[in-house]
Amino acid sequence: MSAVTDETTRAAAAARPVVTIRDLAVSFATDAGSVRAVDGVDLEVAPGEVLAVVGESGSGKSVTAKTILGLLPSTATARGAVVLTNKAGTAEHDVVSLAGERLRQVRGTDVAMVFQEPSAALNPVYTVGWQIMEGIRAHGKVSRREARRRAVDVLRRVGIPDPETRVDHYPHQFSGGQKQRIVIAMALVLDPGLIVADEPTTALDVTVQAEILDLLRRCRDEFGTAIVLITHNMGVVADLADRVAVMYQGKVVEQATARELFAAPQAAYTKALLESVPRIGEGTARAVARASVRADGWADAEPVVAAQGLTVTYPGRLRRPGFTAVDDVSLTIRPGEVLGLVGESGSGKTTFARAVAGLTKVTGGSLRVLGVEMNGVKERDLRPVRPRIGFVFQDPATSFNPLLTIADCVAEPLVVHGRAESPQAARGRVDELLEAVQLPRSYGDRFPHELSGGQRQRASLARALALDPELLVADEPTSALDVSVQARVLELFAELQRELGFASLFVSHDLAVVDLLADRIAVLYRGRLVEEGTGAEVLGDPRGEYTRRLLASLPVPDPVLQAERREELRALRGA
Amino acid sequence: MVAETVVPAGPGTGSPGPVVVPERGRVAWWKRLPVVHQLRQSVGLQRGMLVAGLVITGIFLLTAALAPVLAPYGYSQLRSADGPFGAQQPPSAEHLLGTTFGGYDVLSRVIWGAQTALLVIVVAILASIVLGVLLGLVSGYVGGWADRLLVVLCDAIYAFPSLLLAILMAIVISGGQSSMWGGILAAALSITVVFVPQYFRVTRAEVVRIKGEAFVDSARVLGTPHRRIMFRHVLRNSTRTLPLIVTLNASEAILTLAGLGFLGFGIEPTAAAEWGYDLNKAVSDVTSGIWWTALFPGLAIVLVVLGITLVGESLNDLADPRLRSRRAAAEVSGEVAETSVVPGGTLTAGPGGLDAIEGAGSRSDELAAAPALPDPDAVGLDGRPSGSADDPRDGAPHDETEDRR
Repeated sequence: MSAVTDETTRAAAAARPVVTIRDLAVSFATDAGSVRAVDGVDLEVAPGEVLAVVGESGSGKSVTAKTILGLLPSTATARGAVVLTNKAGTAEHDVVSLAGERLRQVRGTDVAMVFQEPSAALNPVYTVGWQIMEGIRAHGKVSRREARRRAVDVLRRVGIPDPETRVDHYPHQFSGGQKQRIVIAMALVLDPGLIVADEPTTALDVTVQAEILDLLRRCRDEFGTAIVLITHNMGVVADLADRVAVMYQGKVVEQATARELFAAPQAAYTKALLESVPRIGEGTARAVARASVRADGWADAEPVVAAQGLTVTYPGRLRRPGFTAVDDVSLTIRPGEVLGLVGESGSGKTTFARAVAGLTKVTGGSLRVLGVEMNGVKERDLRPVRPRIGFVFQDPATSFNPLLTIADCVAEPLVVHGRAESPQAARGRVDELLEAVQLPRSYGDRFPHELSGGQRQRASLARALALDPELLVADEPTSALDVSVQARVLELFAELQRELGFASLFVSHDLAVVDLLADRIAVLYRGRLVEEGTGAEVLGDPRGEYTRRLLASLPVPDPVLQAERREELRALRGA
Repeated sequence: MVAETVVPAGPGTGSPGPVVVPERGRVAWWKRLPVVHQLRQSVGLQRGMLVAGLVITGIFLLTAALAPVLAPYGYSQLRSADGPFGAQQPPSAEHLLGTTFGGYDVLSRVIWGAQTALLVIVVAILASIVLGVLLGLVSGYVGGWADRLLVVLCDAIYAFPSLLLAILMAIVISGGQSSMWGGILAAALSITVVFVPQYFRVTRAEVVRIKGEAFVDSARVLGTPHRRIMFRHVLRNSTRTLPLIVTLNASEAILTLAGLGFLGFGIEPTAAAEWGYDLNKAVSDVTSGIWWTALFPGLAIVLVVLGITLVGESLNDLADPRLRSRRAAAEVSGEVAETSVVPGGTLTAGPGGLDAIEGAGSRSDELAAAPALPDPDAVGLDGRPSGSADDPRDGAPHDETEDRR
C-alpha cells in the first residue's frame, strides 16, 4: 500500500467511526431465568483510536466486546445495533443482525480479536504459519506461496525474530509473550480496521506486558488500526488508551479521554475505582513508622523463618535433570514482620511459600520455620508446628471445600487440632473470627459458592487466623480479585496484622501490592534472590538490574507519568 | 432411587444434629435430591426424555415391589385348583399372556421377573459402589505402586468380554446351586466384578483431580490427618458423577443378568422368575408360531433397559452445562446482576457491601452458567444468592467453565 493511497483512505475513513454501538442490550438464558449482562450501552470508536473499556468482572465489558465480533453464545439475546465500518470506509454492517456467511466475511477483514490467553488461542497441533495462512486463505483466493510470504511479513512486523524459520514452528516453541505477538499477528494479517483485545496482557508477566503494550501501540501507529481494549488494569489503560469508557453493572457510567479521566474523574464509581488502585510508594511511610516502634533487640530475636541456601528441585522425568524452582535462597522473617516476596511467573515465589508451609519438600540447604528444620522433616514432627502457621491461598474459589458451609470450613482447624469437639461447638469462636474479618455472622451458614470472591478471601483469612498463628503465609491472596475488592482485602490484612502482630510471608507478582503491606521486600528471579531490603531501599533505589526493569515495567495509573516512565523503560532496555 | 444412597441429600450431612432452618428462600431439601433437582432444571425434549424414563422406571419399581399382589400365580406354580395349566397355552382368560413350554404362567413370570431383576441390580450396584469407590479413593489418594497395580488390574478386567467374565464368576460363586438368593447373589456378584473397575476408574480420576485442589492443600497445611482429608474433603467431592454411572450401569446389569439367564447360568425357574431364562426356553417356540412365550419377557427387558437408559442419558446431558438446554431468553430481559463494588466509595461501604445484603438478590449461579461472561467464578457478587444457589454440588458447572478458561 503506497503512502498516498494510505493517506486518502485514512482521510475518507476519518469521517466515520469504525464501530458504532447504539443502545446495546444483551441477556443470557440461565438455569434460573434470564440475566441482563449489558444494558443500554452506547459507544463509538474512531479510526486509529484506542478505546479502553474498564470495569470489574461482571460489568459486561467482555460481553460488549464479543458482541462486536458476533461471538455471543447461543444462550444470549442481543438488542440494539453494532455498526461496523470497514477500513476503507466503504461498507457498513450491523453485526447484531448478521449471521452465517456474511458474519464470517466481516470477521477478520473488518474486525479481529486478540484473546486473553495466548496459549489457548493457538492450536497446538498446527504451525503458527499455518494458522496465520488459514486466516488469509479464508478470505479470498491467495496462493500458498503468497500467503506464506504475508505470514512471514506480519510475523516480522510484530517483532518475532527470524520469521522465515519461526513461521514453521509450533506454538509450544514460543514463549508466552511471543505467543501473544503471534495472536496479534493473526489479527493484523488481514489489515482490519478494528482489533478487539480482551485482557491481552492479563496472563503475562509485567515485563512482557510492557512489550505487548508497545506492540499494540505500534498497531495503532503503523497499521492505523483502532483498538478496543478490554481490561481491568488501570495502569494498562493509562499506558495505551486514548479514550476510556468505564462500565459498571452493564452500563457505561463514564466516558472521557484518558488524561481527563485520570485527572478529574466524574462518576462516583470511577473515583472509587481509581482510589483503590495501589500505587508504588504508599506503604513505604507506614513501614517506616512500624519500624520505628520496634523494641530494642527485636532484630536479634530468633527469626520465625530462616532460610539458608534453600534449594527446591522438582524431580525430572526419566533420566532428565530435575527443575530447580528455588535456587540457593537465603531469607529471614523476624517475629511480627511482613516480608513481601515478589517475582514473575516461574520465579519460584510460590514454591518458596509452599516450602515454608511444609507443602513442598525441601531438597537442599536449610529452612527453619518456627524452630523446626524443614529439610527432611517428617510429617509427625511437623504436626505440632502446623497450628502456628496460617496459609491464605491464591484462588478463593477453590480453597474451600464446596460441600461445607463457611462456618464448617473456618471451624475445621479448631476441630482438627482438638480446640473444639465439633464444628457446632466451635461456632462461637467462628463467629468472632468472621466478625474480625468483617463478615456478618450469618454468612457462616452459607456455602462458599454463595459468597463473592472478596468475601471468600476474607473467610479464607478467618480460617488462616483461627488458631492465632505466629506466621501467616499468603500466596497471591488478591490476584484473583477485582481491584476495588483487592483494596478492601489488603486494608483488612494490614489491620489484622497490626492488631494480632503475626509475622507474614506475603507473595505477590504486583510490586505495588507488596509495597502496601511489607516491611521488607525480596525479589526473586528464576529461582534466585536478586534483591532484598526495606520498601524504601528496593523501590526507591533498586540495585539489581532486573528489579529496575521490573519497577519500570509496572504501568502507573496516570497517563502523563506513564508516558515519562515509558521513555525511561525504553532507555533501560536499550542499555 | 439407588442414587440416594450415594449422595447425601442436603447440606450439613456430616452432622445429624438440629436441621438448619431453611432461610433466605432456600429450596426445600427434597428439591435438591439428585433426580428431582434435574427434573426441575430440564426443559423441552430433555425433560420429555427424563419424564418418559422416570415413568417407565417407576412402573418397573412398582411392579417389582408389588409382585405378590399383581401376579395372578406364583412364579413356579404349575397347577391351580382346577388342575395343571398345560404347556404352551395361548393367551386366554385364565392366562392373560399364555403359558410357557414348561407350563408356567407367562404374565406371572414376567411380573416376578421384575423383582428378581431389581434385587440383582440393587445388590450388584451396592457392592460395586462400595468396593469401587473405596478402592478408587485409597488408590487415588495414596498413589504409588499400589495405585499402579490396581489400575493395571482394572485394565485387565476391562479387556475381558464382560459376559464371559460374568459367566466365569457365576460358575465360581454359585457352584451349581440354584436357590433364589444363591442365584441372585451369584448373578449380582458376577456383575459386580465387571462394574467395580468402572467405579474405581471414575472415583480415582476424580480423587486425583480433587487431591490437587487448593482446599485439600489448605487441609494439609492445617495438619489434618490423612483419613479425615480422604473422607471429609476428598470423598464427598468425588461422588458427583456416580448417580449417573449408577443409572447407566443399572440397565447394563439387567442385560448381563438376562444374558446369563439366556445362556443357562442364571437362576433356576423353581428358585425365582428370570426373564433371560424364559427367553432361552422360548427359543424353540418361536419357529413353531408360539409368539407369546418370547415376546413378553423380551419386551420387559427392552422396556426396563430403555427406561433406565433414558434417565441416565438425560442426567448425563443435564449435568453438563454445555449440553443442557435452557428456555431461550425472551427479547432482552432479566435483571442486571449486581457486582461487588458499592458505588460511592469502596472502603467506606462497610463489610462486604452490607448495603447489598438488604438489596435484591444477585445470581452467582446463573452467571456461572452463562458461558459468555468473562469470568464466572470471579464475578464478584455481594448480597444473597437467588433460589438457584441451592445445591452445593452445583459446583460442577463452575468447574467446567473454569477448565475452559
